[in-house]
Amino acid sequence: MRRRALGLGLVFALIAGGGPSLAESRVVILSTTTSTQDSGLLDVLIPIFERRTGYTVKTIAVGTGQALALASRGEADVTLAHAPGLEARYVRDGKLLNRRLVMANDFVIVGPPADPAGIRGMKRAVVALQRIAEVRAPFVSRGDHSGTHVLERELWRQAGLRPEGAWYLESGQGMGATLVIAQDRRAYALADRATLLAFGKRVTLPVMVDGDRPLLNLYSVMEVNPANGPRVHAAGGKAFADFLVSPEAQEVIRTFGLERYGRPLFVPLGGKTDAEVGG
Amino acid sequence: MELIGEGLARAFRLVAAGDPEVLGITWLSLQVSAAATGLALLVGMPLGAVLALVRFPGRALVVALVNTGMGLPPVVVGLFVSILLWRSGPLGFLELLYTPAAIVLAQFVIAVPIVTGLTLAAVQQIPERFRLQMLALGASRGQLVWVLVREARLPMLAALMAGFGAVISEVGASLMVGGNIRGQTRVLTTATVLETSKGNFDVAIALSVILLALTFLVNWALTWLQQRSRA
Repeated sequence: MRRRALGLGLVFALIAGGGPSLAESRVVILSTTTSTQDSGLLDVLIPIFERRTGYTVKTIAVGTGQALALASRGEADVTLAHAPGLEARYVRDGKLLNRRLVMANDFVIVGPPADPAGIRGMKRAVVALQRIAEVRAPFVSRGDHSGTHVLERELWRQAGLRPEGAWYLESGQGMGATLVIAQDRRAYALADRATLLAFGKRVTLPVMVDGDRPLLNLYSVMEVNPANGPRVHAAGGKAFADFLVSPEAQEVIRTFGLERYGRPLFVPLGGKTDAEVGG
Repeated sequence: MELIGEGLARAFRLVAAGDPEVLGITWLSLQVSAAATGLALLVGMPLGAVLALVRFPGRALVVALVNTGMGLPPVVVGLFVSILLWRSGPLGFLELLYTPAAIVLAQFVIAVPIVTGLTLAAVQQIPERFRLQMLALGASRGQLVWVLVREARLPMLAALMAGFGAVISEVGASLMVGGNIRGQTRVLTTATVLETSKGNFDVAIALSVILLALTFLVNWALTWLQQRSRA
């Protein structure tokens, strides 16, 4: 019986031995945010890049904070993020190079239909947040240092407020999970429109505030400085960054989501500067 | 509730249609967790038997450590294995991070204490009298271990099932060291998390059902072996 158990172990090990080969070359590690992955855009873009160049891309989708931290440690070769303020710090320190705008979508403030804070249709997000805090209406924050969370903290800072108390919930989870909590708690939340559209079946919170300039969600690609650590694949990282702003990728971005949601999820911004988009 | 019905129907359709992505994910989950469990068996069984039979100073501490390890949180294992495998880490030169091998390694670390602990308990529950009897009959040390392990075979299959069950169902370590990369390191649990976060609840439920079915089939086969060898 012991022999059989050992045999079983070997069979198990053999099954695994037939798995994907471990020898890898020409691999590019992309650290990015969950929102780009959850939207499905990368599933369309990456195969095109891989066909064109022969590189294999490993996408590590985490919060923006972690994506940038991994890149700055040289654990990735290229990074696609959406937190311009945070990105600027890494670029200033020389950890990340050649930041280029790729695309944008927008953030919205959603809330319960009853709208206890009375913010529906307000023009300025900061003023809306002040109203929410004033009446202590429930608000669900990501609380995970993601790009969305970073923007939310920035808006609170501009509002001159430090949100705390029982009305301010921190989910510590992704955008979708946070929206589901907001729905169940009849709370307000800051969300990117792509995730809101994707969760249309589960989350019916109406959009209260949109179109304000600070709610523009800018995605940029940055290459990793090879000095950040051993084994950074600079050429591969640059190739992927170049691809994202190329006409071919930009055209994919222009129409992505049209079929499924009836409207594109992103606006392509390749070749534009922050100043041109009002950043 | 209707979501669960939709999910079940979706699971059935995905499997019946032989959806290549779902089949690939399922097959990878089976391969990775089987390898991790197999390796854990090779290390944990002898280790458990030795801990059960040999007295040495500090043994109580080692046994306590093994027992604690049986509840090792997968995210903690994932974090430490990630740091070890980082390009800047001590094992970075292997370039294993974000490969199936990295998941095997992390799951191995999770499974070893489980297999060791349960083997230890299985061998230890054999009465002392039996061992003395064997020695009195002139058994050598090696023969004694062999016979004791034979005696403990049923609980050991339980150890195998517990180890496999723990690793096929964990998500924290697979997500961190594997990266949940499509077509490369996406397994059933990480795919379920991803589909949930995308809002594709029916697909997430379908993947959960497939995971449960897979775990059931493996345990069924092992239980069949266990019960047959009892006769």
